Amino acid sequence: MFTRTEQHLLNDWQRDFPLDPRPYARMAEQLGISEAEVIDALETLKKQRAISRVGAVVKPGTIGASTLAAMAVPGERLEDVAEWVSAYDEVNHNYERDHRFNLWFVITASDADALNNVLAVIGDESGLPVMSLPLVEAYHIDLGFDLNFPHQEPEAQP
Amino acid sequence: MDSTDRKIIQATQAGLPLVSQPYHQVAEQLGLQPEDVIVRMQRMLDSGIIRRIGVVPNHYALGYRANGMSVWDVPDHDVLRLGPLVGQLPFVSHCYRRPRHLPEWHYNLFAMVHGRSREDVESQVSQIADLLGEANLGHEILYSTRILKKTGLRLAA
Repeated sequence: MFTRTEQHLLNDWQRDFPLDPRPYARMAEQLGISEAEVIDALETLKKQRAISRVGAVVKPGTIGASTLAAMAVPGERLEDVAEWVSAYDEVNHNYERDHRFNLWFVITASDADALNNVLAVIGDESGLPVMSLPLVEAYHIDLGFDLNFPHQEPEAQP
Repeated sequence: MDSTDRKIIQATQAGLPLVSQPYHQVAEQLGLQPEDVIVRMQRMLDSGIIRRIGVVPNHYALGYRANGMSVWDVPDHDVLRLGPLVGQLPFVSHCYRRPRHLPEWHYNLFAMVHGRSREDVESQVSQIADLLGEANLGHEILYSTRILKKTGLRLAA
């Protein structure tokens, strides 16, 4: 289980990370703990893989060209195809999903030509159609994700 | 957004360093002034290039094991009005309009929902269905069964 401090860090600090020379010290003031404790707690969460990073979430489509691609891969070829699709640097997410279209991946390239090239190569190499579903419009505001920790009174300081 | 902004995004895409003065460390690495990094990040945040800066939780590791990509067939003239409403639902982490790919793919609205179980996901999806009402011409939930690769945004150097 997570300590009260960890729960605060996970749930309340998904946005508004201070743009201040000493951001962890500013967070520490609000949490009523020391800067070193904030840094230690974040390091622990990262080691536990509870967080992937502390940093900026960039709006999709603002940099380079990207698309969501899907393929219907015959079961006996899925392992192989999935593995070499993942091997492309331009592929940053790759999920197996429970559907006839069973392989879903995001490709991000420097520009539209480079993107189309990756799509074409994956199609040629696999001999399978690659469905490309680029973003038309984003509708979520992305304020972070409420982890719904049970509400508790503030943790007493030891 | 200029090449210096790009360099800042690139240098921080794996995360800001967990040190007392993280922007100083990024600035040093890029040959910039720390204030410059802060001002530019603030500007990218204000203009929407950066959505938010903060802790990025790993949903899966936190027990949100059911990841459902709900996909919806919504008439084009309705999706403009309804898309933003679906995107505002607190449990929808991502919501996008994408092109149909006929004849094999007729869904044009994608809403990602996370739950601790498939039952959680299904109850959230039924709330989306209620919201869409008659504009829902059909939907499916595609659960992820394996994460094969997940990295942050990669920019070619």
